[in-house]
Amino acid sequence: MSHRSSAGPADRTRRRRGGEQPMVPRAEFGSYYGKPILNPPVWAAADVGGYLFFGGLAGTSAVIAAGARLTGRPRLARLCAAGAAGAGGLSFAALIHDLGRPDRFLNMLRVLKPTSPMSVGTWLLGPFVPLAGVAAASALTGRFRGLGRLAGTGAAVLGPAVSAYTGALIANTAVPAWHDAHRDLPFVFTASSAAAAGGLGLFAPTRESAPARVLAIAGAGCEVLAFERMRHRMGLTAEPYGTGRPGRLVRAGTVLSVAGAVGAVLGRRSRVASAASGAALLAASLCTRLGIFHGGVASAEDPKYTVVPQRERLRRSAGDLP
Amino acid sequence: MAAAPHQDPADRAGYAGHPPRMGFFTDTSVCIGCKACEVACKEWNAVPADALDLTGMSYDNTGGLGADNWRHVAFIEQRRPLGTAHTGVSHDDLDVLALAGQGTGAPEQAPATGTPPAGDIGADRPPQPDGRTELRWLMSSDVCKHCTEAACLDVCPTGSLFRTEFGTVVVQEDICNGCGYCIPACPYGVIDQRKDDGRAWKCTMCYDRLGAGLEPACAKACPTDSIQYGPLDELRERADARLRTLQDAGVDDARLYGRDPTDGVGGDGAFFLLLDEPETYGLPPDPVVTTRDLPGMWRRVGLAAGALAAAAVAAFVTTRRSR
Ligand code: SF4
Ligand code: SF4
Repeated sequence: MSHRSSAGPADRTRRRRGGEQPMVPRAEFGSYYGKPILNPPVWAAADVGGYLFFGGLAGTSAVIAAGARLTGRPRLARLCAAGAAGAGGLSFAALIHDLGRPDRFLNMLRVLKPTSPMSVGTWLLGPFVPLAGVAAASALTGRFRGLGRLAGTGAAVLGPAVSAYTGALIANTAVPAWHDAHRDLPFVFTASSAAAAGGLGLFAPTRESAPARVLAIAGAGCEVLAFERMRHRMGLTAEPYGTGRPGRLVRAGTVLSVAGAVGAVLGRRSRVASAASGAALLAASLCTRLGIFHGGVASAEDPKYTVVPQRERLRRSAGDLP
Repeated sequence: MAAAPHQDPADRAGYAGHPPRMGFFTDTSVCIGCKACEVACKEWNAVPADALDLTGMSYDNTGGLGADNWRHVAFIEQRRPLGTAHTGVSHDDLDVLALAGQGTGAPEQAPATGTPPAGDIGADRPPQPDGRTELRWLMSSDVCKHCTEAACLDVCPTGSLFRTEFGTVVVQEDICNGCGYCIPACPYGVIDQRKDDGRAWKCTMCYDRLGAGLEPACAKACPTDSIQYGPLDELRERADARLRTLQDAGVDDARLYGRDPTDGVGGDGAFFLLLDEPETYGLPPDPVVTTRDLPGMWRRVGLAAGALAAAAVAAFVTTRRSR
């Protein structure tokens, strides 16, 4: 859109009086010198993008670890237990690192607010990370097996919620490309988590990795489909996901997802091919998260994505639009 | 979560026997863009100075609301008339020095108006050689809206943001850990992070002054009463009357913004009389507190988590034999 930075109040007036109707109606809107209406997120991409990715990976890895232990797949169990603990720790570290006052992290524990997905997430990750840590320590050292099993089960119970809640975390903001995705983001993120954790499981010996493979393929497929559905539902505010840096990241995520899923099917007899597919799926999930992160920031920085959909909503409620 | 829009926010927050809900009514039709409110706010609240940047776009060098600007005076220049005002009026016959010599008392001989232009309004003398015939300046002092349903407050995971007994929304700076969630949550782009400090800051409606029975510093400093402070109910009545006056005078663009308790945020505690569309002033035309969609989001999070658990079980069950 040409008026991204140039649309001043007078600009809009002039255009309106121009009288010419372009063939494809452009999104015309007024703005204050093209300045953003929202204050864009101050979160660092590495921290919050990483938080979304590692949190998702950790949650589903804990589920796979518990399943593998219960079905007698010790190597897959160890790998995924370690993955859950490591990724959970990294996710928690990213959350704390991104605080403006990291030393005040504990203030998060003053309250539990269902109206704040970040509060709910803190209370999910809070117990999840130590549980996954104990489970991993026990699985890797072979000591305190009873305690390890208990902790691993606890982490697996929390895991799906840890993987899913980040969809609500970013959708519950005024950021147009995040909020307009609120119906689909929990599914996109959960599927992405399944693809990533399944991808991690593909590093295990092929004899044991079959369930991870199933999850990885299903997750990758659902991730691509849910993302497309989300885009379709959003309309104008999905635009940032197709342009610039977010567009490149999203496209890379899709290509890697498809490649990883195909590789996971074709390479199922080779541990090396499986591991390569797993790596592709992990990278796909990271790219998708970062793409969604940057797409949201871009949508907050352009007043078009705030004004035009709100204007349309007003016109619809006034009966001027279908 | 789905708050009753008409309920008093202090009641909802559990205050018993609280004072009436206090608010701001900013009547931008009398704003002269002097920025006394910005200065008074900075002085009273010890808000740090920001860089001396010239935006180059207008007389507005503040740019917008943020951690270090809790009032922001927008400045807009438009080639449009204000109501039925004439722009080509000649004041050539007015001796301004003589008028000034009379002091500030009621001038005795000063004519009430300049020489009316000959002919109809369309024949106004162009004020500029390039043929412009119409010009108006819009000025508006923006501020935190102290929303009835405040997204910033809802998402704050520390409880740093809280509802006061006056129905306003305030950050407790000794609690905020700088998580930054409130910043993209605010549908108006008000609250922001102070970079060297890490915490989130915004207008408190001078909570310390309110407690002492004083009006906020900006309202106190405003020389034209563009910023009016008082019980919200009274302000709404006053605003309705002012809107009628302006519309009767032919200012058809005049409208109230944030006054409606049934809007997307349950109405603003700080609302405005504007002379153009909200987006012209950098305000969202139809803001909605995202908390309203959150129950649905939690349901979908639950569904997605359940689907993941089911898929995991299925993955292990279906592959058991193929080992
Ligand atoms: S305008 Fe923004 S910062 Fe002010 S109360 Fe509303 S949501 Fe909070
Ligand atoms: S930055 Fe501070 S005030 Fe804002 S949500 Fe986080 S803790 Fe609350």
